[in-house]
Amino acid sequence: MVGFVLVSHSRKLAEGAAELGHLMAPEVPVEAAGGLPDGSPGTDYETILNAIEKVSLPGVDAVLIIMDMGSSCMTAEMVLEERGDAFPPAMMIDCAFAEGTVTAMVGASAGDDVETIIKEAMEAGKASKF
Amino acid sequence: MTDSKKVLFLLGKMKEAIDENAQFLTDLDAAIGDNDHGINMARGFKKIGEDLPALEGKDIGAILKKAGMDLVSTVGGSSGPLYGTAFMKAGAAAAGKTEISPEDFLSMMEEAVAGVQMRGKAVRGEKTMLDSMIPALEKMREGAQAGLDPKAILADSVAAAQEGVEYTKTIIATKGRASYLGERSLGHQDPGATSFLVLLKAIADNY
Repeated sequence: MVGFVLVSHSRKLAEGAAELGHLMAPEVPVEAAGGLPDGSPGTDYETILNAIEKVSLPGVDAVLIIMDMGSSCMTAEMVLEERGDAFPPAMMIDCAFAEGTVTAMVGASAGDDVETIIKEAMEAGKASKF
Repeated sequence: MTDSKKVLFLLGKMKEAIDENAQFLTDLDAAIGDNDHGINMARGFKKIGEDLPALEGKDIGAILKKAGMDLVSTVGGSSGPLYGTAFMKAGAAAAGKTEISPEDFLSMMEEAVAGVQMRGKAVRGEKTMLDSMIPALEKMREGAQAGLDPKAILADSVAAAQEGVEYTKTIIATKGRASYLGERSLGHQDPGATSFLVLLKAIADNY
């Protein structure tokens, strides 16, 4: 099983994206890692690291991280560098935040492999909405 | 030569300078960013300030690595990973040293700026902190080659960083939060380029 960590400057945005994904794929582990510990806007190194640990439940063999913008990507990148080869392996997906989250979590719930999930998430959000 | 004690002293001066300029930096960020650069930098340097007493007696590499981790874990905005990487890379270049020469300082700055470029995946001319960092670094290289004394080199690099900050007013942001503003970022100076000037000036003024 693949677990997800959603990183945003905004706690509400991260929680909202997790909610959207959870509606479609309720059995897929997902943790929101948005905002600073006091709830103010920002990205927090420890929050992301803890979210990866929390989502690494028994049976989770990979963690995919979805970021919104700016420091979300850089802070997540530093967390991954610090984790090194720790199990389960964690990777970032370069995708649209909301559409990518839903697509990736649906793929995970269908049992897709990590490469497929990443590929489809990267395509999500490129489709026209109307 | 600059010893560990002096490095701790300079970090304290950098903290003071950030505190003095926190509102200014946040105001710059309000115009073209998300209105938090000074607040974020002050939060990061507050943590560094708290950790300074425990760092006494440590080598310069360890001091700067800790300062970098403090910034990564407390700043909350892009300047956390960017300046955090800069300090950690500078620290790695000074690993185990209790004294650094001007040549060491130049290598540390080279590593710091390369680290920011790597972390931010940015180049000069994108309206970021690199637009003051790179000209300052170039002056340091030139000064070292010309055999100038450290004070003169620092003064020249502060002037170059200042010019770099002015230059950011004339360009459109293509990296960072200001890039969402496109042409509307013209005319505004970059907050990150400005905070680097503040930090460098704190070193130069107290060297």
